[in-house]
Amino acid sequence: MAFAGFERHPGSGGLPTAVKILIAGGFGAGKTTMVGSVSEISPLRTEEVITRTSEGVDDLSGVEGKTTTTVAMDFGRITISRDLVLYLFGTPGQDRFWFMWDELALGALGAIVLADTRRLEDCFPAVDYFEHRGTSFVVAVNRFHGTCDYDADEVRHALDLDPRVPVVMCDARSRDSSKLALITLLEHTMANRMSASR
Amino acid sequence: MSEPEESWWDVEAGPIVRSFARTGGRTRPSRDEFNLITLIVATNPDPARPGLEPEHVAILRMCAGSPLSVAEISARLDMTVTVTKVLLGDLLDTGAIQTRAPIALAEAPDIQLLQAVLDGIRRL
Repeated sequence: MAFAGFERHPGSGGLPTAVKILIAGGFGAGKTTMVGSVSEISPLRTEEVITRTSEGVDDLSGVEGKTTTTVAMDFGRITISRDLVLYLFGTPGQDRFWFMWDELALGALGAIVLADTRRLEDCFPAVDYFEHRGTSFVVAVNRFHGTCDYDADEVRHALDLDPRVPVVMCDARSRDSSKLALITLLEHTMANRMSASR
Repeated sequence: MSEPEESWWDVEAGPIVRSFARTGGRTRPSRDEFNLITLIVATNPDPARPGLEPEHVAILRMCAGSPLSVAEISARLDMTVTVTKVLLGDLLDTGAIQTRAPIALAEAPDIQLLQAVLDGIRRL
């Protein structure tokens, strides 16, 4: 049985174990669409207030101290088994403040960075963030607009990706396509883990 | 004799500062027990307990059957994650809920866990 490994993590009161994967990318790249295409529930929205030190961070010259920003994100759920639930979190796309939300990436199995080739630069911050944190990630080029101006290698080059980071073409509206992106991510994460333990 | 001071608002007026009024002004949970994907289930399906705010009761009702994550509870309550955690801390203190924290968050996920998730995605 594939879940034999979980007998080592008995749930308190029989509660399942929860894991998460992040879907990142620029505004309008299709994050919530991808979450919705594979989630068993309609995407829900949750919010958090992020407190940060504003000094030297933004243009509010002369204003120092703490600034709070509310970030919202959409998420979905996939029940893998009686013992295991996967949550997919679409990171907020419009602002950069979600990077301040440490808890979001903490313990994630990995991340899918959705790239829109019309605005490839929008996913630079997410790529930098996951590289910096050492979070396993793949890049999924969302072609739902029908555009395919670039192939995977061109995207890889433009994003200056490590050659081991997979780049897949996808249609975030398609359940099968989103599944493939998730499978690619998990295989990549497993390969990373295995090479790290060698 | 001075009259006792009377406020023009009362309980019926509802909270003045909605979210944090529900938490008595507390902005942090009493313990670091909760993560976005900590799963919560009500230990007692009967939410009739004294001293509970409507939001506490709402949480107990939504977690009476199958477990929900902190993120789902926050979304359904339409409250921020932090406020939700404060409310959950109250419920945990009174033994009204049980929690399941995610596996060691700081560590890299183990291969068996990844394989189980991968198998599950392939079966979808």
